[in-house]
Amino acid sequence: MPRVTATPRPRDNSDSALDRFRGANPAKRHNARTIAALTGNPGCSRRAVLDAAGVDKPRLAQQIGFPMGFGQSRFALARGNGFEAMLKADNCALLLSVLRDVLALETDSVAYADLGEDDDATLGARHGRTRELLAAAAGAALVDHPLLTLEVAGRQVFLEPDLIAFQVEGRLHVVEIKSFAIVDGQADSAKVSAAAVQAAVYVLALRRLLTSLGHDPALVSHDVVLVCPRDFSLTPQAVVIDVRKQLATLKRQLTRLASVSDLAASLPDGISFDVALPPAQLIASLHEVEARYAPECLSACELAVFCRHEASGSTAALGRPVRDALGGVNTIQEALELATEARTPTEEQAEAAALLQAAARLRAGIL
Amino acid sequence: MSTLTALARAQAFAAARAQPLATVRHLHLHERPMVLIPYAMAGEANAPLAAMLGTDRKNPDLLVVAQPRNRDDRFAFAASLAEAIVPYVDSFTALTEAVAVDRGRDVRYRFTDAPQLWVPNSGGVEFLRLFGRSTRFRSTEGEYAVPAAVPLLGRWLTFFANTAEVPGSSLLLNVVQAMSLHWATGQSSAEDAQLAALMAWIAPPAGVSVFEAAAAAENPALLPPAGPATDPAFDNHVLAPLLSVAEPDIAELTAVLREQLLPTWNLMWQAIDLLRALPVGSRVAGRWDGDRDAYSAFYQHLAEGGAPQPRRDGAVAAAARLSRLENAAARYAVQRAFDDPLVMAEYRLAGAAFEGAVTLAKADRIDDSGKRPVLRPRIMVVTAEPVRMEPGATLTSPARPSQKATIISVTPVLPGDEAKTEVLLELSGGMGRKLVAEPGSVPEVGERLLFTTLSEAYRPGGAFPEPDQTPWTHGGPPVSDSAADDEAGVNGSAELEPAALSGA
Ligand code: SF4
Repeated sequence: MPRVTATPRPRDNSDSALDRFRGANPAKRHNARTIAALTGNPGCSRRAVLDAAGVDKPRLAQQIGFPMGFGQSRFALARGNGFEAMLKADNCALLLSVLRDVLALETDSVAYADLGEDDDATLGARHGRTRELLAAAAGAALVDHPLLTLEVAGRQVFLEPDLIAFQVEGRLHVVEIKSFAIVDGQADSAKVSAAAVQAAVYVLALRRLLTSLGHDPALVSHDVVLVCPRDFSLTPQAVVIDVRKQLATLKRQLTRLASVSDLAASLPDGISFDVALPPAQLIASLHEVEARYAPECLSACELAVFCRHEASGSTAALGRPVRDALGGVNTIQEALELATEARTPTEEQAEAAALLQAAARLRAGIL
Repeated sequence: MSTLTALARAQAFAAARAQPLATVRHLHLHERPMVLIPYAMAGEANAPLAAMLGTDRKNPDLLVVAQPRNRDDRFAFAASLAEAIVPYVDSFTALTEAVAVDRGRDVRYRFTDAPQLWVPNSGGVEFLRLFGRSTRFRSTEGEYAVPAAVPLLGRWLTFFANTAEVPGSSLLLNVVQAMSLHWATGQSSAEDAQLAALMAWIAPPAGVSVFEAAAAAENPALLPPAGPATDPAFDNHVLAPLLSVAEPDIAELTAVLREQLLPTWNLMWQAIDLLRALPVGSRVAGRWDGDRDAYSAFYQHLAEGGAPQPRRDGAVAAAARLSRLENAAARYAVQRAFDDPLVMAEYRLAGAAFEGAVTLAKADRIDDSGKRPVLRPRIMVVTAEPVRMEPGATLTSPARPSQKATIISVTPVLPGDEAKTEVLLELSGGMGRKLVAEPGSVPEVGERLLFTTLSEAYRPGGAFPEPDQTPWTHGGPPVSDSAADDEAGVNGSAELEPAALSGA
């Protein structure tokens, strides 16, 4: 096994344009959830720039008068924390018992290493410890609170998986602990797919780390383990999910995001998302960066209420299927003008316009 | 999304008002529906928090769980929910009617009425399904005994949740889906999923614009969510302090929950009023007959002490169910089109239906090429609509559903400013038994008619083996599910099944 130095790669500070956007505020930290969400709308430059710059979007939205309630119930938090604490008590005794069902861990040789709590000051050290532990990956072990890094939009971001499990043969599995229930082997599909994308983020980060350590990235399994409460109890149940599909999507979308610093450099001078600035100035800056609003933003991006307001009257605001059915034209007014023959369609619009006119005639004839 | 529906959304935006997607009501609306709003405890797996319900809009019942994380309180809630729902569900069995089966060789009986439950949204349906799952296997004896009404409620809720998956069934309805079927708003379906935002477009409060109403609908402090999920701010600032003590103040808990649920209650009844104002589609009653059949059969099953529904269907049962659902979906789509010109317009636009005028009619045409002569009138229909159909295709006209029209030829009419198509049709059936057509059974020249490739003809379901004939490779022969299952959910002591997650 190659010897590895445990110094973390220094945070990339060369992107001065991106850092300037944030003003004096500290960069928002990423986690798998924000990266998963980031890949949810890869075509949106506004989101890419804001996220790459580490702008505090909830505060920004608040400041410009378009706050969004992404609140979480403290009951849900308490239950999630309680479930995780229960699994991890006594050196993960309960967790190990369910992992054994799906991962064939060897009973007596499982070490448990907790790399410590969430603390900004110790990020570098934790990442270093994570590298060391992974470099020395020989026996079966559970690594808790590891700190991984992933390059997102041209910059390194830190990631904190719930846990990484080592299998005996040295094959790594990401373990995700979630507090939604699996009832009769079925769970809320939206929650399962969100968990799968998040786990895929960790798999990718781990693979990149192993590569940098000179290991075979394939040592990280694409089979992740999801641990959830079973039925209506707190009894844990582990299931294995294949995240190959999510990995492929993630890689493709991260590649697309990689060019964000070029994008940032091409933006006009004077743009700033420093939340200390007056709203009018922030809004003017936001308008400079192209957005691509879709109703899905409402559950994925803290700026959605602002972007929806800006996109009002566009066919995109009605959702992708509606936009497509309206022939892909940009505005609702344009679509209605095509339908009523008040506008001459372009060559590519001709077919859609004919359909819209027929539809308008049918509706008018019946109503 | 069809062009017609998308256009309706665009028109709704421009008009700042929801636009109709239907000219008739496509669901059965009961005279005495039961409206039910379940509220769940955040983070817990289907732990109820409260339910507002009843058949009297002026006088809703509100049930609350004293301490949602306490198992006994949850089952006490289940028992009181059962006391409120089961008597309603049981109250439609006074009268029966005979239905001929097996070509009149036999009769069976069904109740003349059936219950109808309304919840706000699909989340409400899902809540009932899971609540049914968590209660139907409960034992009424032993260490974890619950009142007998609890497992009974569980079976009924499971029954309702299963029927809600059947397209066209009106036993358990959700307001968001029902309203979205009849109106298009100028916002996206993501926003429509919030009952208050949807209703803001269909019936904004007097003196308030649609846009103001929709904005207000998104503020949970003004219009609390329709559930089952609560508003996190309500949880954190109102509920948490109340529940932080060992014995929460029930009166206060009830008061704050009433405030959260009442706006949704009122919106639901308002929505039901709007639906009631629509004329009912002519095939709705036929589908309600099917609902009454299902209700009667399930009532019978319970009366005979039938077992609770299994946790999961076996392979054959699942395949048979899927096939039934597909048939129901196809039948429902066709029936809606036949009932409603606005729905049929979708098919006209897609070239699967056209309207035209009869220009030629030979009502007494006899085809004597076979063994015996048969009446086969021909008509020519001219239409300006696209006809994407081939000769040989069989069409139906909603005006004469028992008559078949076979396309003989499709000919574009070239000269003229408007593209027109001549369709030559040969008719069979629905004209009486003689070689002369009954008066009025053959369309006359000048009549405007609609023809479609859609057909109401009965499609036979697939043949599936009986459960005990099922090879082991397909999950059979079955094991009785009910015995082993009691309390498994609570203790979690049952085996961990490495089941594949359906959602992954
Ligand atoms: S809400 Fe706005 S910034 Fe966020 S992804 Fe959507 S369009 Fe982009």
